[in-house]
Amino acid sequence: MTIWTLAEYAAWGLSAVFGLIIVTDWLRTDSTYSEEVLMSSQEGELEAMTEQHLLK
Amino acid sequence: MAEFDITSQGADGMGPKGTKVGLLRVLGPAHVWALGVGIVLVGEYMGWNFAVGKGGAFAALIACWFAGILYTCVAMIDSEVTSTVAAAGGQYTQAKHIVGPLMAFNVGLYLVFAYTMLEAANAITVGFLIDTVAVMSGHEGLDQRPFIVLAIMFLAWLNYRGVLATLTFSLVITAIAFSSILILFVATSPLMGSDVLQHKALMTDLPYGWLGVLAAMHFGLWFYLGIEGTTQAAEEVRSPARALPFGTLAGIMTLLIAATLTWYVCVGLMPWEYLGQSGVPLFDAARMSGATSLMVLMGIGTLFATLASANGCINDSSRAWFAMGRDHYLPAWFGAVHPIYRTPYRSIIFLIPIALIFALGAPLDQVITFSILSGLLGYTFMPINIILFRRKWPMETIKRGYEHPFHPIPAIVLLSLCCVAYFAVFLGYGAQLVAMISFYIIVSLWFHFWRYRFVKRAAQFTMPWPRPRGY
Repeated sequence: MTIWTLAEYAAWGLSAVFGLIIVTDWLRTDSTYSEEVLMSSQEGELEAMTEQHLLK
Repeated sequence: MAEFDITSQGADGMGPKGTKVGLLRVLGPAHVWALGVGIVLVGEYMGWNFAVGKGGAFAALIACWFAGILYTCVAMIDSEVTSTVAAAGGQYTQAKHIVGPLMAFNVGLYLVFAYTMLEAANAITVGFLIDTVAVMSGHEGLDQRPFIVLAIMFLAWLNYRGVLATLTFSLVITAIAFSSILILFVATSPLMGSDVLQHKALMTDLPYGWLGVLAAMHFGLWFYLGIEGTTQAAEEVRSPARALPFGTLAGIMTLLIAATLTWYVCVGLMPWEYLGQSGVPLFDAARMSGATSLMVLMGIGTLFATLASANGCINDSSRAWFAMGRDHYLPAWFGAVHPIYRTPYRSIIFLIPIALIFALGAPLDQVITFSILSGLLGYTFMPINIILFRRKWPMETIKRGYEHPFHPIPAIVLLSLCCVAYFAVFLGYGAQLVAMISFYIIVSLWFHFWRYRFVKRAAQFTMPWPRPRGY
């Protein structure tokens, strides 16, 4: 088995790991937080400004 | 005196409206620069040289400059409008506020398709580059698919985990890729005592006349295609009114320099007949220079430019998709933000399989053509956008973070150059152009007769702009 064949297997393996991390986190997030929270983002809301308002 | 001042520290044009989880404002002008230049710079490393094949070296230079004018207009117009529309979605959000819902839906789709197709093309290129390295090391028959998939999955994961890390990564690799072009230019320059550049011997007249110049315009776009992507960072920069114009205009200046240097070095090292067919022209130029260190540097530069481009494309396509979902132009499910990483995670996840399908199943030239045509449709919208913007909200009604000069000349020049580019694309890819416009007409009908009923018509306009003139 050459180094390039090993690299191919490693690439498949790493791709699967990244995919698994994303899917696991996605399912965990969706089951932990309500849709109301996850989809509360409003266009034009400046979070930095919200923080500044708090400082005032 | 402006009625509304987006540059004001006190308001910045926005106010809290109940967002519990929103995108994180952590980016600065350097990240905006990296997003714009990162998406584009791969065009210097490959693709632009087909313009040389279409019309010779001088035709490619003329196309480079005219495309440069086109994109300078794009950057100036975009900088003005986006400095007042500090929301994700970029040109989609601009179109929604300034032109109307149907235009916004189309522009949103142009953006998502342009970036997703470019991401797929970049992933294909990563596979090709690794295969090239394998062949150079004596290994034949490498399976490129795992490397294509890995490039997409790694960058999607990076984008999923947070925008600051994503664009800092882009900043570093883009800076290295750009520096590599500068180093190649300096190392081969007669100023350093080198005599490898042979412009006198290699330059010819226009081999196909002025028609060749026109045909070269199609590939001249590659030098700058994607700089307009900076606007997608609007909801994540700390100071939109300052960072977006600064990053975008610094980006187009960087690209004008990179494009001209790239052309100068490559045409001085290779005859136009060869350069016009090269897969990786800058890498080939480094090989022709005879310096192994330059060859390694340009190999790394090519890989980094490709990864930076794919990275920026995932960032931009997901923001456009997210913004359309948030406004219910698409299912609202896509409008979710990750509560910890503060990214549009569902949009990022949804676009992964689409990019994989195109990267693994479609030919590179078709994927890139679809991307270019979607981008070109987007540029055609911009002159209409700025003219309506200035008419509905004149200077004294909204203070801009940047005011572009000589209006309406840049808008007219942009529209004229877009018409030239359409004709140039039609010469080579007429069937694809017709097919793609037909596709957008069909989805527009779907949006008008079905999807628009789900859009919350009042809720989509949340910017605290004054009422437009005449309404």
